[in-house]
Amino acid sequence: MSIIQIIISAIYLVGMIGFISVFALVAIWLERKVSAHVQDRLGPMETGGWHGWSQTIADMLKLLLKEDVVPDAADKPLFKLAPYIAFTGSLAAFAVLPMSANLIGTDLNIGIYYLIAVSSLVTISIIMAGWASNNKWSLFGAMRAASQMLNYEIPVALSLLVPILIVGSLSMQELVGAQAGGFWNWTIFGAHLGGGSFLLLPFTILAFVIYFWSSLAEVNRTPFDLPEGESEIIGFQVEYSAMRFAMFYLTEFANMFLVSGVAVALFLGGWHAPLPFLEISPETSILFHNLIGLGWFVLKAMILVVIQMWLRWTLPRLRVDQLMHICWKVFIPFSLANVLVVSLLAVLQS
Amino acid sequence: MEIILFIITALIALASALMVITRKSPIASVLFLVLTFVCIAVLYVMLGAQFIAAMQIIVYAGAIMVLFLFVLMLLNLRGNQGWENISPARIGLGFAAAGLLLLVAVAWLKTAGSMEVAGLDPEMGTVSAFGDVLFQRFLLPFEIASVLLLGAIIGVVAMIKRKPLAELGEDKEGKVS
Amino acid sequence: MSNYIPVLLFLVAVLGLTGLMMAMVIFLGPKRSNPDKELPFETGSAPSPGDARERYPVHFYLVAILFIVFDIEIAFMYPWAVKFRQLGLFGLVEMLVFAAILMFGWFYIIKRGALKWK
Repeated sequence: MSIIQIIISAIYLVGMIGFISVFALVAIWLERKVSAHVQDRLGPMETGGWHGWSQTIADMLKLLLKEDVVPDAADKPLFKLAPYIAFTGSLAAFAVLPMSANLIGTDLNIGIYYLIAVSSLVTISIIMAGWASNNKWSLFGAMRAASQMLNYEIPVALSLLVPILIVGSLSMQELVGAQAGGFWNWTIFGAHLGGGSFLLLPFTILAFVIYFWSSLAEVNRTPFDLPEGESEIIGFQVEYSAMRFAMFYLTEFANMFLVSGVAVALFLGGWHAPLPFLEISPETSILFHNLIGLGWFVLKAMILVVIQMWLRWTLPRLRVDQLMHICWKVFIPFSLANVLVVSLLAVLQS
Repeated sequence: MEIILFIITALIALASALMVITRKSPIASVLFLVLTFVCIAVLYVMLGAQFIAAMQIIVYAGAIMVLFLFVLMLLNLRGNQGWENISPARIGLGFAAAGLLLLVAVAWLKTAGSMEVAGLDPEMGTVSAFGDVLFQRFLLPFEIASVLLLGAIIGVVAMIKRKPLAELGEDKEGKVS
Repeated sequence: MSNYIPVLLFLVAVLGLTGLMMAMVIFLGPKRSNPDKELPFETGSAPSPGDARERYPVHFYLVAILFIVFDIEIAFMYPWAVKFRQLGLFGLVEMLVFAAILMFGWFYIIKRGALKWK
């Protein structure tokens, strides 16, 4: 790898971090607006003029200017370190997210598996945060959150196996590349394995649905928001204040985009347009090819993000026993059977 | 470039491994163990074994370490088992064991000969090469691994379900509901 | 190997960003400490007696170990999914045997009621 390539990827990665920060600011504002309108309110209207657009910027400034309280009883080094690990683990996963044909940090051979590996480290940071706080509520919240995130990693990983089976690669760009040429080629419609027949359609849709629901549990969103449950249950971050709290909060919103981005890349055609003529071929203009691709990717991911918000303000929260029931007795057997059925159909067809 | 990265990673791995056995707080030990595992994953990547590196992070750093943390919560270690509680005889035995291990390592390194890392196929550690070897050459060990995992499931369920749950977890007021 | 240099760069950049944010908090935020502020926060009431680092129900441990078993199963399934086309029916039978043995374990968990969370 030459120095120039390293510089280009460094610039890209700094841009990526900027994008994630801007996304988090927009998404927090959007979340408030969506919640307000679902509940027939207006939400923030004052700050910045038009529909309170700068509300979250003001909030972030406030958090920056707050005192960073570390409780006396806390294990100080661990308490201070935990938000860094959560934030780093979550952002490191973005390095393999294919934003467009060339806009990707690095197209690893083990792409999606790297992503699962890095995001599994976030669980450790949550237990760290809960234990280091030395507060009964935090520790309970952390144990609950950790066991939820651990368990739902299994259905997530199992349902992601379906696109991998169909394409036969773990590299993110190869997974996206196999879905080129219109929405009927997307993995969710399962066409390109069956040579044009839609035999796999029910199974790929099932895989997508299981992935999407389990990823809600992975990022602690309703109906799986037991780790946070802002009004009644107290979560692992109760002792955190100022920027350390903001880091957990930013991590949550970055994760929302990450899980939506994975769903888009693996199931919904990635940066490919739904219809072929809506793309610009790389021969015409490599720049516009990438820009249009980026536009489609962000649009699709944003639609999924808005669906996550919509669900949050519509569904009630599950109890912890219902959570375990759904994971172990519904999602895991169904997603495993789904993988085996898809592979059986593929073998029968070849 | 590569050698510098190797030395840095190896030093962090060794230092954090040392921290694992010297920290008083068991939680700190576990977290240093996570750091050691991450460093080992980096070393795997440098050897070209990408899939093994990711597996190292998922299974060891992600899953087994969480299990260790849960075990610590179960056992209620308060971090008061300092050096002063360890008898000199145990320290002596520890050094003897380490000396024997060193002896074995030296003997092995003498017979192992030199390894030509540079001459290895760069594709050797990819998922696809890994799958080839695992599902063809090591078919039987792979199937036996599932029996091993089944044994783990049955073992843990049998141990935990020996008493009714009501007796095991009742001492906690807020529990999990 | 050179594919991983951007990952390293990214980690350095993220650590730089977090360091910057924390430095801003240290320089910008007030530091007015008092004993009440440093107490554990329990939604406004005085902290309940006893240490927070108590013993936990064994259930969390059970869930974690079952997770590890299934996690390892999935780790084996990923290379299989990638090589699936080349392995064909033979690979499928291999994986069916593997999954069947593990699903037997799953049935055992359910039958013994190990996941009945109370």
